[in-house]
Amino acid sequence: MNNGAGYTKYHPRWLRPKTSIYWWLKRRSYLTFILRELSCIFVAWFVIFFLLLLRAVGRGDPAYQRFLELSGAPLVLAVNVVSLLFVIFHAITWFNLAPKAMALRIRGRRVPPFWIAAPNFVAWAFVSAVVVWLMLGG
Amino acid sequence: MADTITIQVARYRPEEEQEATYQEYDVPCPREWVVLDGLNYIKDQLDGSLSYRWSCRMGICGSCGMTVNGEPVLTCATFLTDYGSGPVRVEPMHNFPVIRDLVVEIGDFMEKLARVKPWIIRKEEKPLSDGEYRQTPEEMERYEQYSMCINCMLCYAACPVYGLDPDFIGPAAIAIAQRYNLDGRDEGAQERRAILSGHDGIWGCTFVGECTAVCPKNVDPAGAIQRYKLTAATDALKSLLMPWGER
Repeated sequence: MNNGAGYTKYHPRWLRPKTSIYWWLKRRSYLTFILRELSCIFVAWFVIFFLLLLRAVGRGDPAYQRFLELSGAPLVLAVNVVSLLFVIFHAITWFNLAPKAMALRIRGRRVPPFWIAAPNFVAWAFVSAVVVWLMLGG
Repeated sequence: MADTITIQVARYRPEEEQEATYQEYDVPCPREWVVLDGLNYIKDQLDGSLSYRWSCRMGICGSCGMTVNGEPVLTCATFLTDYGSGPVRVEPMHNFPVIRDLVVEIGDFMEKLARVKPWIIRKEEKPLSDGEYRQTPEEMERYEQYSMCINCMLCYAACPVYGLDPDFIGPAAIAIAQRYNLDGRDEGAQERRAILSGHDGIWGCTFVGECTAVCPKNVDPAGAIQRYKLTAATDALKSLLMPWGER
């Protein structure tokens, strides 16, 4: 196989239209795509923040108190709220993707997408509720 | 309803122009006319120099994909009356180099299509005397949707990942590879795996979903890609846990 079509070796100059730097604002799906790409920064921050929390817990109470103080600072709080929103956005995309990725069949018939996505969302809500319950003191 | 509608056509004549320009034509607008009829009217009656691809006029050949008012569509399946009083802007498909006017260069797609080996691969062919390879309707139903692809490339025109990274093998090639992977007669999934789950394969896709939204044949390439991601991840895990399982 030629690398590219060999018969076009000598051809008139092709036009390669320039893409506007705002192309991602033209369609909602493009915007969500770019937001998802951008979200990796915040997701990475979430992981770092969690590791810092573990380190603080490991170092004892004073370190943990200092970490809590830092977490309460308006800037950290704002970054964490944005990160949470992005992580939720990721989770929703992930669960909506599940029925696309899984072609389950029961008695030869494909299971409707709703019945694959719904249990994921229910399990997510349940686990979140348990975490909130634990945070509020069990 | 207006008797005529204005079509703004992107023109690019490499011997005359450095950039695309737009030329307006007023064409009749009967209820049954599609955008392709408007272009054919321009070509036949108004300006014979206009270049574009078309063939079957019935959504089978996949030749007449263009960008109409910003949307990648088959012009043979897009009615002029859907655009009210107009104007209707017709441009070449995005994400491809333009050869002339509305004709794009498709060599990149053709090369990628061949790379996924879109044919039935057998380790050993049965002798003819054994008869055909038979399938049940259920077996056919597993891949039938993906076999509907007409290679119109609208999914490439809509895919921002392909736009940003032209090395991405792209939605249609992956859907067509899945068409053969899911075919019970095929034994070539292993051969396609290196391409599909390689650097330019499925992992480039971030599930934008526009390929599925614009597909005129409801192939659902986004679904094919996500399914293959699951297959590739499962295979990778299997070969990690059971390396002796690999032949």
